[in-house]
Amino acid sequence: MTNHWVDIKNADLVLIMGGNAAEAHPCGFKWVTEAKARNGAKLIVVDPRFTRSASVADVYAPIRAGTDIAFLGGVIRYLLENDRVQREYVAHYTDATFIVKEAFAFREGLYSGYDAERRTYDRSSWDYEIGEDGYVRTDPTLQHPRCVLNLLKAHYARYTPEMVERICGTPRERFLEVCELIASTATPTRAMTIMYALGWTQHSIGSQMIRCGAMLQLLLGNIGVSGGGMNALRGHSNIQGLTDLGLLSDLLPGYLTLPREEEQRYADYVAARTQRPLRPNQLSYWRYFPRFFVSLQKAWWGDAARADNDWAYDYLPKLDRLYDMLQTYELMHQGRMNGYLAQGFNPLAAAPNKAKMTEALSKLKFLVIMDPLVTETSEFWRNFGEHNDVDPSQIQTEVFRLPTSCFAEEDGALVNSGRWLQWHWKGAEPPGEARTDIEIMAGIFTRLRRLYEMEGGAFPDPILNLTWPYANPERPSPEEIAKEYNGRALADVTDDADPTRVIRRAGEQVSGFGELRDDGTTACGCWIYAGCWTEVGNQMARRDNSDPTGIGQTLSWGWSWPANRRVLYNRASCDSQGRPFNPARRLIEWNGTRWVGADTPDFPLGEDPAGGMGPFIMNPEGVARLFARAGLADGPFPEHYEPFETPLGYNPLHPEERRAVSNPAARVFEADRLAFGDAERFPHVATTYRLTEHFHFWTKHVRLNAIIQPEQFVEIGEALAKELGIAPGDRVHVVSNRGRITAVAVVTKRIRPLNVDGRTVHTVGIPIHWGFTGVAKPGFLANTLTPFVGDANVQTPEFKAFLVRVEKA
Amino acid sequence: MPEPERRLMLERYSANVRTNHWIVAALFVLAALSGLALFHPALYWLAALFGGGPWTRILHPIMGVLMTVAFVLLAGAVFRDNLMDARDWEWLRRVGHVLRNREEELPAVGRYNAGQKLLFFVLVVALAGLLLSGIVIWRRYFSGLFPLEAVRVASLAHAFLAWVLIVAIIVHVYAAIWVKGSLQAMIRGRVSAGWAYKHHRAWFRERLRHAADSRARPD
Amino acid sequence: MALESQDIVRRSATTTRPPQARRAVAPVAKLIDTSKCIGCKACQVACMEWNDLRDEIGTCTGFYENPHDLTPSSWTLMRFTEHETDDGDLEWLIRKDGCMHCADPGCLKACPAPGAIVQYANGIVDFDSEHCIGCGYCITGCPFNIPRISEVDRKAYKCTLCSDRVAVGREPACVKACPTGALVFGTKEDMLKHAAERVADLKSRGFDNAGVYDPEGVGGTHVLYVLHHADRADLYSGLPQNPRISPLVGLWKGITKPLGLAGMLLAAVAGFLHYLRVGPNEVSDEDERAAARAMEEETRNA
Repeated sequence: MTNHWVDIKNADLVLIMGGNAAEAHPCGFKWVTEAKARNGAKLIVVDPRFTRSASVADVYAPIRAGTDIAFLGGVIRYLLENDRVQREYVAHYTDATFIVKEAFAFREGLYSGYDAERRTYDRSSWDYEIGEDGYVRTDPTLQHPRCVLNLLKAHYARYTPEMVERICGTPRERFLEVCELIASTATPTRAMTIMYALGWTQHSIGSQMIRCGAMLQLLLGNIGVSGGGMNALRGHSNIQGLTDLGLLSDLLPGYLTLPREEEQRYADYVAARTQRPLRPNQLSYWRYFPRFFVSLQKAWWGDAARADNDWAYDYLPKLDRLYDMLQTYELMHQGRMNGYLAQGFNPLAAAPNKAKMTEALSKLKFLVIMDPLVTETSEFWRNFGEHNDVDPSQIQTEVFRLPTSCFAEEDGALVNSGRWLQWHWKGAEPPGEARTDIEIMAGIFTRLRRLYEMEGGAFPDPILNLTWPYANPERPSPEEIAKEYNGRALADVTDDADPTRVIRRAGEQVSGFGELRDDGTTACGCWIYAGCWTEVGNQMARRDNSDPTGIGQTLSWGWSWPANRRVLYNRASCDSQGRPFNPARRLIEWNGTRWVGADTPDFPLGEDPAGGMGPFIMNPEGVARLFARAGLADGPFPEHYEPFETPLGYNPLHPEERRAVSNPAARVFEADRLAFGDAERFPHVATTYRLTEHFHFWTKHVRLNAIIQPEQFVEIGEALAKELGIAPGDRVHVVSNRGRITAVAVVTKRIRPLNVDGRTVHTVGIPIHWGFTGVAKPGFLANTLTPFVGDANVQTPEFKAFLVRVEKA
Repeated sequence: MPEPERRLMLERYSANVRTNHWIVAALFVLAALSGLALFHPALYWLAALFGGGPWTRILHPIMGVLMTVAFVLLAGAVFRDNLMDARDWEWLRRVGHVLRNREEELPAVGRYNAGQKLLFFVLVVALAGLLLSGIVIWRRYFSGLFPLEAVRVASLAHAFLAWVLIVAIIVHVYAAIWVKGSLQAMIRGRVSAGWAYKHHRAWFRERLRHAADSRARPD
Repeated sequence: MALESQDIVRRSATTTRPPQARRAVAPVAKLIDTSKCIGCKACQVACMEWNDLRDEIGTCTGFYENPHDLTPSSWTLMRFTEHETDDGDLEWLIRKDGCMHCADPGCLKACPAPGAIVQYANGIVDFDSEHCIGCGYCITGCPFNIPRISEVDRKAYKCTLCSDRVAVGREPACVKACPTGALVFGTKEDMLKHAAERVADLKSRGFDNAGVYDPEGVGGTHVLYVLHHADRADLYSGLPQNPRISPLVGLWKGITKPLGLAGMLLAAVAGFLHYLRVGPNEVSDEDERAAARAMEEETRNA
């Protein structure tokens, strides 16, 4: 989230798209009802199904699964055509005036630099034109044909309401009604919030869908303001913490990135990430990258990380490719990965194409499961009749189960979607032999280290030199680890401007990332968490919910990264002179000498607005990007591509170009491409999702949840049910090219057939929560059906749009 | 009163009928008391006789069904004698004389007088109705099978019919107290000739004819 | 119970007045705002948790309701209705079903067991299962079809409005758990005020017939609904538009009862007076002699 949960109450308009907040985030959804009840806000829900969120919406617009970019692009066109943008914001706070390189081109669904063989782009032409002064050339008059705004206009000119209707199946009048409501927030005093979740991420064009929403918000001036923002609703408690702490395969803590294979030299690695301003007097905060990186290395390797060994840079692995979940299981399936440690993860249930997953897991020599529950993955080798029809005698994988505690059985902090770190205290002791994940990981580490000590190895240094300063090495405490993330001074730290002034004594906890240094005098395990546990104490444990301005800015409740800032980019809530766009909901303002207000300013506190520094200080441009440059793998502007399993078989935007039917830059493994189904054999569009009664594959182990939603079902519209002769409660088969499930049919008015480019498309809804373990009625894993392909940038699997065939059982 | 040895006695009820009657009577008392306990709070204390409220609720329908079964047997035995005829309507028109103990003003009465016959049919109708409505409101086994509105109708009907039945039985019991010799008839089975002559003269004469016929029959 | 025993204003099958001293208790109400409800069933879970109830793990019958109906172990239930409006739009009307805590409770009226159903001064209608005899008359009396009899102990059960929590100043468990503020609890006065604000908001959104459901037919209820379509309560899974205690039940449990008792008593008294004034109908010696004569005559004739 750029903003936070409570801030949603300040919205004038709420757009829920690519998510179903009422269903999957019922507690957070209270802020939507608050916005409606107290702020008179309108709620728009765009979804293939009339969801629980839609049940309380003012406007519901149906959409075909996977066509959100067509919809959002249509809205962008509407705003540009009708001049319904926040002009001051767009002119000063985005790159609308920036001029793009002449070599940049977009033809028939493909951007310049496409390599069809390797399914990748050479992105060098996707950038701004640099002038003689070393800065980007701009055209403040917005006349230049290659300025970003004009390129944007040209790109989305094709996304007419007619085209939106053809692609999305959304009735034109309903689409225009939505456009008009959204456009109403282009005024400086109205804000729209966008709430999305896996309904956007789980597509082969997921990153671009989210980006498209963000661009829409920039045009409307809704980023950085109270009641606005791009608000990702995280699907697990603490999944925000997972990404913050760098658990994705190419990340280090605090969104620092791991080096790539070609970055063998520390200097190259740092140079590529230490960004110089692209416009005059811009902050370009990533100029401090070395401070964050060196402090991390010091936190990890202490005295072994020294200036003369490039801060132990060699200890870090260098990526030859992305080792995401799909890549990992592909390697496992090829027999090239022999051992797997699944910690708090149930991949058999959570990854696409269960048949492939079963084969992959069956090829492992060993599989370690760390989980509080018996999971489908831990039992993948066992025969559960039709629900898991395997032959245990043919599976040689040795499975170890290490029972862990649950979240309520340990102290620690969880990070919510709004980036709040909230400390919690355990409510009970873990049962039986269960241990905390920390204890198990510590045990594995200390034993590994002993083995390296005794036996040596190819490169034991990173293991042997790892800092392990905990009072009990077998059981590091959550407090010790939290303090380590926050960071501390290893030597006295002095002021940048005045080297005689000591701002932090050696041994003290730092109070924020501003105190980190790149000379080895500070250690910090996660720079964005600096400030969470200072000399004052545990900031995450604070429970003062006072809200002096009444807009939900409870700065003394818990602690939010970065720097206890609750709304990111909040400098953009003020105009160029530093006056709030919306005086009724002031986040910060320039008081003539300093930035002050209800939030921690996302800006240098003493920076006079007259200096022209842009509000998006993390970008070297100082402004937000409508043009993504080379940031994304599949193009600087979002373009609609069909899901890999498309009911149309062509892309209505450029029907002749076969290479641009689906995302041309998405990675597809050969065997998985062959496992795709076509609309002829699998005519129905399926989408998987959660129900509010359950949480993933956990709560089927809980009797209360099983009582209120006991048995697997699929949802089909009345029209399809009639066509197939299915009555409510009948059993149906849902078949994809990868497998088959059987479930009870819920026949509903809430899924209507869509008229897509002249043909009728039926949507089939497949809740995911059932499996073959737990106390609920046994069922099939929904991912028996799903295709093994992910988003071109982050490889999130395409669970939200694929093809199936429904049959009466 | 004539001396007992001089009294001529006629048999009015067989041992089987008497037994049957008193089974019905006993079950009625139990069903009525348990029913009354649930009929009005003022009588809820009667539930104590049955072991408390839940036992009252459990036993009442069982006693009711048993009573109905017993009553069916009894009613079968006396049904033909309770059919109304012309004399009965005449009797009813002169019911004032009955209440004033002036039977000489009445037509000759058969085995049962019109009052008894009416009572009989009231009992038949009430018990049939109680059984049917009782089944509908028997929550344990049957109420779930009926719509709520039917249960409401049945509840009201059951209460009303029970009231009718109880009032009818009060009349019946009083009649037995009032008309001396009746109780003896249902206990020992016999009535004096004079009793029959006075209250059921037609039956009396019929019995005489009957006796004469059997004597006249050649051996 | 001891704490609340002086708060009872009405008691089933009781002809004397319950304790009346503590009348300063404010009537309470739970407001169910169907326009805020997302049907998440957190209220169902909270109810099961607080009251230690566990229903069976059932099946899916093709609908979202689970369990499929109120049961002795499920005192509240989300009911879902898919409604197509006249202009072809869809509405998913979700209603939390459960005891309405009527001011004039049909269950209490029908109950024959003294003290099995009580009404507190705050308006809560509660079942005291210890006194319940399991007759099911409460079901017959209820205009909302709420109470359910357990197959195990034959006692009737329904929502208590968490009378135990309310008695110590807390909100019902369902209200505590509701994530969206669709459930609110307070004095009935406050709830009606809040409801009026909600209705105004709904009207501003085009729900011209939005309104509060506080049906007069049962004297008002201590569970209120805010409905988008107050003129079509039946749309919400058959919520009765004008609920009242059935006239049949009124007749069954009303003035007819004392009249009936009086009738019975009258019959007995009438008999006694008749005996007193007219006297028994006895067979006289004359009758016996006449009978003897008749018999002799018959014998002679034969």
